[in-house]
Amino acid sequence: MSEPKTPPAPAAGGRASTKKELPEHFKAYKHVWVYIEQERGQVHPVSWELMGEGRKLADKLGVELGAVVLGAEGETVRGAVAEAFCYGADIAYVVADPVLTDYRNEAYTSAMTDLVNTYKPEILLLGATTLGRDLAGAVATTLLTGLTADSTELDVDTDGSLAATRPTFGGSLLCTIYTLNYRPQMATVRPRVMSMPIRVEKPVGRVIEHKLGVAEDDIITKILSFLPDRDSNKANLAYADVVVAGGMGLGSPENFQLVKNLAAAMGAEFGCSRPLVQKGWVSSDRQIGQTGKTIRPRLYIAAGISGAIQHRVGVEGADLIVAINTDKNAPIFDFAHVGIVTDAVRFLPMLTEAFSKRLSAHSRDKLAS
Amino acid sequence: MHIVVCIKQVPDSAQIRVHPVTNTIMRQGVPTIINPYDLFALEEAMRLRDKFGGEVTVLTMGPPSAEDSLRKALTFGADRAVLLTDRFFAGSDTLATSFALATAITKIGETYGVPDLVFTGKQTIDGDTAQVGPGIAKRLGLIQVTYVAKVADFDPAGRTITLERRAEGGTQVLKSKLPCLVAMLEATNEIRRGSMENALRAARAEVVKWSAKDAGVQDMSKCGLKGSPTIVKRVFAPSARAEKAKFIEAPEGGNLAEALIAEVFARQPNLEADLTALARGF
Repeated sequence: MSEPKTPPAPAAGGRASTKKELPEHFKAYKHVWVYIEQERGQVHPVSWELMGEGRKLADKLGVELGAVVLGAEGETVRGAVAEAFCYGADIAYVVADPVLTDYRNEAYTSAMTDLVNTYKPEILLLGATTLGRDLAGAVATTLLTGLTADSTELDVDTDGSLAATRPTFGGSLLCTIYTLNYRPQMATVRPRVMSMPIRVEKPVGRVIEHKLGVAEDDIITKILSFLPDRDSNKANLAYADVVVAGGMGLGSPENFQLVKNLAAAMGAEFGCSRPLVQKGWVSSDRQIGQTGKTIRPRLYIAAGISGAIQHRVGVEGADLIVAINTDKNAPIFDFAHVGIVTDAVRFLPMLTEAFSKRLSAHSRDKLAS
Repeated sequence: MHIVVCIKQVPDSAQIRVHPVTNTIMRQGVPTIINPYDLFALEEAMRLRDKFGGEVTVLTMGPPSAEDSLRKALTFGADRAVLLTDRFFAGSDTLATSFALATAITKIGETYGVPDLVFTGKQTIDGDTAQVGPGIAKRLGLIQVTYVAKVADFDPAGRTITLERRAEGGTQVLKSKLPCLVAMLEATNEIRRGSMENALRAARAEVVKWSAKDAGVQDMSKCGLKGSPTIVKRVFAPSARAEKAKFIEAPEGGNLAEALIAEVFARQPNLEADLTALARGF
């Protein structure tokens, strides 16, 4: 959680120096849990990314990895449980009830807090999606425990506590947050921040089925309808293979078209840095960075982006980062692999043309052969 | 009808500077603003008030200087402003913050009328957690609806509200009952320009200032550092990658774009074939 309102205090007496002992009744809390998020028949890939991370934490602690699956009884829940074992679960906790058909905070919070209070995990990880954030905030408050939002790194400290690192102060610094004397230690992680683990075919293991403690009549909120996104591209940015993005170096909203052109020529997705969204040049679903999308493409081309930490944490997982910027001292060149010191506005059209030529020439060769 | 809008005064984050040696935030002279996400909550609350009557109370927790943001909210057209300020609140994490704000909202209810709705922004731009809204809702036992794109229908007499909520892959249309907490999504409305009348009123208006005790906090151990289960152990600047970027320049008489493409495909040998397949429409 934590919006640290106090600047990091080097002096004693600040939060950094607080010593906290885990109360006796929390010592029974063991094992690492990952919430397997699924809505309308689909498991969100962030859940598998978290299973990969949860497996590492569980192995370090020498405990089990549990997968939590909530939903209506049926194929979807059974499928999610079966998959969870292929992604490393030792055990699955399932609450299957028609009340959980669609996500509603009241019912899901009840199911999750009841599971936690009954089976007592020490760590609970959720995806930082709209669903995960809505659920995590409510569950943590109900359990009165700590929650670290949008973690970019998870580790186990020498004393066995979860060390969750996240950007803070608008992404200008990183901080490592602990929940020392409450359990479970909760954290959310954005999609694509962690890499996707390898799926290994495995049989279904131990499954614990738990009853939902609330009935439909207890739930005040009713779902009238669901309107799926018309623009299916919206969801693809985070999972795209190639991404081209532009920043303030483009100079004007019209020049953002140059980014779109290159993306189109490469069959890539396009995105932008935060200032362009704040200026209203580009819609917020295209924002890449800590407060936007995290991407892990094979190739990322950043044009006219200076590379603030808030942007950096969103793109660091890319296999290859190419940066184009007029300022050779721009921070983006500290984490890009390949740099071009030039004006993106002039260079992008040339790059677009060169890519088009190369890809179509290649394609003709292939067709001829 | 009574609506409480929670806002936060935040540093204008684009202008945050980090001290190069100590890695601490240099706050001196950093301008503060109302958290931009909160303006969507404020505007939505005022639209409901304008349509259905009632009052909008803005609430914030922060240092005495957070009064500036409350006054700004009054110039936009809020009816009342409450500042929760006390050294006991220093160092609050999101759990302790939600406790303090929920306690104050209860007190606001006792003093000025029980709120039918509580509005918050999606998240703040300095903490970016999106946890305080849900925290307040749970503390007050309110229905929580986050990422709201639109108030589709509102029936104060029947005490129901219909909301369009941004979900993964689409929009949920939900019907719930009052009272509830709504966290508004960005770009859902545009904050009005404050009228001259409101500006004059705001300049004269008294901002209600409450200490923890004034707000009805009984248990100080739930506030500030003591009431925060999370501990920030380390704050640090990310380390630079060991090697800097390899700079590509145009070869003698050659083409810079082609040189870059050659470098990219040399480093990602399979990418060219995949992109070509894509270009051919596979």
